[in-house]
Amino acid sequence: MSLLSVRDLTVKFAMRDQTVTALNGISFDLAKGERLGIVGESGAGKSITGFSLMNLLSRPGYIDSGKIEFEGEDVVKMSDKRLRDLRGNRMAMIFQDPMVTLNPVLTIGQQMIETLMAHRKLSREEARQIAIVKLREVYIPSPEERLEQYPHELSGGMRQRIIIAIALLLDPQLIIADEPTTALDVTIQADIMELLLELCQSNQVGLILITHDLGVVSQMTERTLVMYAGRIIEQGRTREIINDPQHPYTQGLINALPQQTVPGQRLKQIPGNMPGLASIPTGCAFHPRCKYATDLCRSQIPEVVQYGDLKVACHEVQRLQADEDRQEVRA
Amino acid sequence: MSETVIPNDRPSRWSRMWNSNMGYSFRRNPVAVVSMIVFLMIAFAAFLAPVIAPYDPYDPANIDIMNSEYPPIWVDGALPEFMLGTDDQGRDLWSTILYGTRLSLLIGICAVALQAFLGISIGLIAGYVGGRLDSLLMRLADIQLSFSTLMVAIIFLAVTQAMFGSDTFNRYAVVFLIAVIGVAEWPQYARTVRATVLAEKKKEYVDSARVLGFGPLRIMVRHILPNSLSPIFVISTVQVANAIISEASLSFLGLGMPPSQPSLGSLISSGFDYIFSGSWWITAIPGVVLVVLVLVINLLGDWMRDVLNPKLYKG
Repeated sequence: MSLLSVRDLTVKFAMRDQTVTALNGISFDLAKGERLGIVGESGAGKSITGFSLMNLLSRPGYIDSGKIEFEGEDVVKMSDKRLRDLRGNRMAMIFQDPMVTLNPVLTIGQQMIETLMAHRKLSREEARQIAIVKLREVYIPSPEERLEQYPHELSGGMRQRIIIAIALLLDPQLIIADEPTTALDVTIQADIMELLLELCQSNQVGLILITHDLGVVSQMTERTLVMYAGRIIEQGRTREIINDPQHPYTQGLINALPQQTVPGQRLKQIPGNMPGLASIPTGCAFHPRCKYATDLCRSQIPEVVQYGDLKVACHEVQRLQADEDRQEVRA
Repeated sequence: MSETVIPNDRPSRWSRMWNSNMGYSFRRNPVAVVSMIVFLMIAFAAFLAPVIAPYDPYDPANIDIMNSEYPPIWVDGALPEFMLGTDDQGRDLWSTILYGTRLSLLIGICAVALQAFLGISIGLIAGYVGGRLDSLLMRLADIQLSFSTLMVAIIFLAVTQAMFGSDTFNRYAVVFLIAVIGVAEWPQYARTVRATVLAEKKKEYVDSARVLGFGPLRIMVRHILPNSLSPIFVISTVQVANAIISEASLSFLGLGMPPSQPSLGSLISSGFDYIFSGSWWITAIPGVVLVVLVLVINLLGDWMRDVLNPKLYKG
């Protein structure tokens, strides 16, 4: 049985003069201990997906329809009390900027002990011992002294380790990491990712990694979703998506990587910008930026089709693939 | 990864406070230092009044009407045992001022504590919950603010005085004053706290607290409130000064402390009747004490606002 199963999730935002759709019929599954990457440009709906999974959307956002089954229970219909038990305890979340995620006026120890005591019947001393063990697990040197320190006394990398330790405090089944290394410098990014991977593998914890870094996705995850304007346009095994993407948008993303370009050449970026949620084009939302777009793309929203190991939402997949094959034959 | 050794002797709370940004700016600001010294002197003298004061002004046995209206010692015709002279009933003015200042400070601080309790609770709830409840509470605050504090207090105190009679009223005057000044000014706190909460609520540590499954009450009290303290400190100083003035005004109007237990305000008021007969000191000296007290509290508040307001601080 899968750990998490999302079906036709639609999230809307009630704005002053209209209601915009931020997520449109998202469906995916996550097995126990599986690592899933969600990629896409800013505004594609990645973070909103993360927040919806915990039912944490705040006004004006709301879940319009769909099901989010976590361990067989629908998160959308949970009572507040069940939700509080779910959050932190069974599902944890790591945010982008470690500089602002910790409460600046509480010591690390206070924050960790409070979290433990809020969810379990533990004495202060027992909670402290668990906190120390968890800090050791994320390779924090001399954890006893860190417990007495305030967040501003620690470096960014150290803080992100502590945030990971807090996320792991209650041994959750699933960690949602929303761009966990974007605010850190490059050398520390690799450390943190390695740590996260190691912890997820050794504890059999599921991971949803939200990022726009395809390199990170390829190292960290087994499966990948590609999102565009609130829809999943391609999903499948990470290796296939990176090596042989089918959707023109995913192809564009991968071609835009600096590694794909000879030094001195211009980067092959996808022309144009992602549309705002209020002005999503008709048909396939990507058509104004797509060089293969046809009249069909402009008028009709593409269905998700199974293509090889990938699920792709594009009218032109088959034709494109055929063209590609022909070119290969010619070469 | 190598184990780094951190020295275990973390500085004491006091030395951390002294060396903090606030401690530094305090030492660099002579106005703040002088104000603090003056305030502490007044506060100590007031709260140690029973020890310092040579006479007990509340004890009728101590008072001799024959001693009334002696001038302070630097004026001709003074008695050496009455340093600041005596009032119209023959009480030693110095002792009476000490006791009166104690009352004024007590009422000021307790009234502000009540204001803070009401205002912070309402502000936190309004800011955190938002929506209809927020609008409702803030409109209540607006309505409350559209009556002047003094007007509300005068009506309330006059009615209670008439209801309970002078004797009962005089016995519980302190409580009534604290209650009325406390209730009349809560919107000041509620508005400030609400504004800060609205800003703090959007920060990620609040999201992460929600992600960890904390309930709204815990998030409000333990996470948002400690992060909203600096504006609360600033308005608290100003509000203490305001409350002292309100109390003095009410007492001056005869709606506050009775002449048998005078606060600074009622002392000024009782001396006012004699100002034209030459006994200026009964009004002037408590007046000076009141002005100095309110001034130093306001100066301290100004300094604190400068330090705690990051916009001024960086500019």
